[in-house]
Amino acid sequence: MANPLKLPTIPPFALPTLVARLGARLPQWPHSLNLALALNAAKKLGVLPEDSLRELEGRHFRVTVLDTGMVADFAYRQGAFRPVFVSSGQPDLHFTARLSAFLQMVSRQEDPDTLFFNRSLSIEGDTELGLRVKNMLDALEWPRLSWQGLRPTFLKP
Amino acid sequence: MAKPQLVCPAGSLAALKAAVDNGADDVYLGFRNDTNARNFAGLNFDDKALAEGIRYAHQRGRKVLVAINTYAQAGRFADWTASVDKAAELGVDAVIIADPAVLDYAAQAHPDMRRHLSVQASATSYEAINFCREKFGIQRAVLPRVLTLAQVENVIRHTEVEIEVFGFGSLCVMNEGRCWLSSYATGESPNTVGACSPAKFVQWEKKPTEMDVRLNGILIDRYGNDENAGYPTICKGRFEVAGETYYAMEEPASLNVVEMLPEIIRIGVSAIKVEGRQRSPTYVAQVTRNLRQAIDAAVAAPDKFVVKPAWMAELGKVAEGSQITLGAYNRPWR
Repeated sequence: MANPLKLPTIPPFALPTLVARLGARLPQWPHSLNLALALNAAKKLGVLPEDSLRELEGRHFRVTVLDTGMVADFAYRQGAFRPVFVSSGQPDLHFTARLSAFLQMVSRQEDPDTLFFNRSLSIEGDTELGLRVKNMLDALEWPRLSWQGLRPTFLKP
Repeated sequence: MAKPQLVCPAGSLAALKAAVDNGADDVYLGFRNDTNARNFAGLNFDDKALAEGIRYAHQRGRKVLVAINTYAQAGRFADWTASVDKAAELGVDAVIIADPAVLDYAAQAHPDMRRHLSVQASATSYEAINFCREKFGIQRAVLPRVLTLAQVENVIRHTEVEIEVFGFGSLCVMNEGRCWLSSYATGESPNTVGACSPAKFVQWEKKPTEMDVRLNGILIDRYGNDENAGYPTICKGRFEVAGETYYAMEEPASLNVVEMLPEIIRIGVSAIKVEGRQRSPTYVAQVTRNLRQAIDAAVAAPDKFVVKPAWMAELGKVAEGSQITLGAYNRPWR
């Protein structure tokens, strides 16, 4: 359960500062688009609970990955995640962390409260919305995939 | 020597499965309403999730305990009795209750369903526990984290009620079940709405060199960028007292009893509880796995019990404030 996707153990790391400097100069819209697409795909798979999603209606989110310079803005409107390309004002909720902390969190290698306590993860904005999103992510039951399972059948012994 | 049950928290079905998979004997949880003291947005179990959780646990020979451990609010007693009825209908193994009126209802309406006295009942003496045994037929009592180990032993010697103690997790200021600090700042507290420092009153504000946290406008703490943060509760804030700014009530830290496990087992504790229904399945898995190993080692060879650094490292990492303490168990004063 600690690592249901059977990803390799992710150590804490920081990408070279050059990566962030370059990344911040690149257009950010592809990140927003990709993240919104991925979230909608998860929604379609039924991984995200509908009752919790309803509570996100009309809210604007931002995810900042410090060491890649990536910033993704998206909103949940009319039952779907939509990229926000021209950011107007402050988001309702803003997650900031290094890439390794985000990976550790989604792979369930580290607990979000632990990352928050040790300041690897910053959550700003509407605290209740943040708690709701955190609890929604915590409650997700990832399919028990493994890289083994994803290999084409002709490669299996 | 009796082996204490390991009682682990679950705020979601994923966390329940993590607890069971990593060796919990009992899992405790709450409904999605203010009848439990971890009533946070998006947390806890609806009927469908609870039914699936019970099925998962029972298939593997584990028990599910439901906390209905807030105090029934005026004019809404039916909400609490409905939770008790729902727990009975779904076939849980026990209910954990604080309010004497709710306990009385459970004893009358469902005499065969086990009743545990919640920590929120704040029963610290064997007289209080025996009273609840006599009046409401409780089978187990969860002791508040205010007693020394010698005092816990004294309680155990004078009651036939099973005694459960906290073994790991965030600590409350030493006034459990009677704390009104959250209400003082917000008008809401665990006993009334099921949440300490409800999130809608909490504001984290990041500045270039520090982070402020306020509860309903009251500045609770200001963290430097290299300092660990804690839960935004008044008891763990830093305040200016007589010209000095420090943790005026208590430091954010987690209880960790691993090093005193042989003693806890020797005095006859029936169950060891892990705090943290608000935490993720990752936390539940990490804490359950390490405590399972430690308890098994302490039961197998109490005299040769050695604390493994790996247990302490993983438990220390997930601790609030990344600090651990033995809390009241080993304090020298009474």
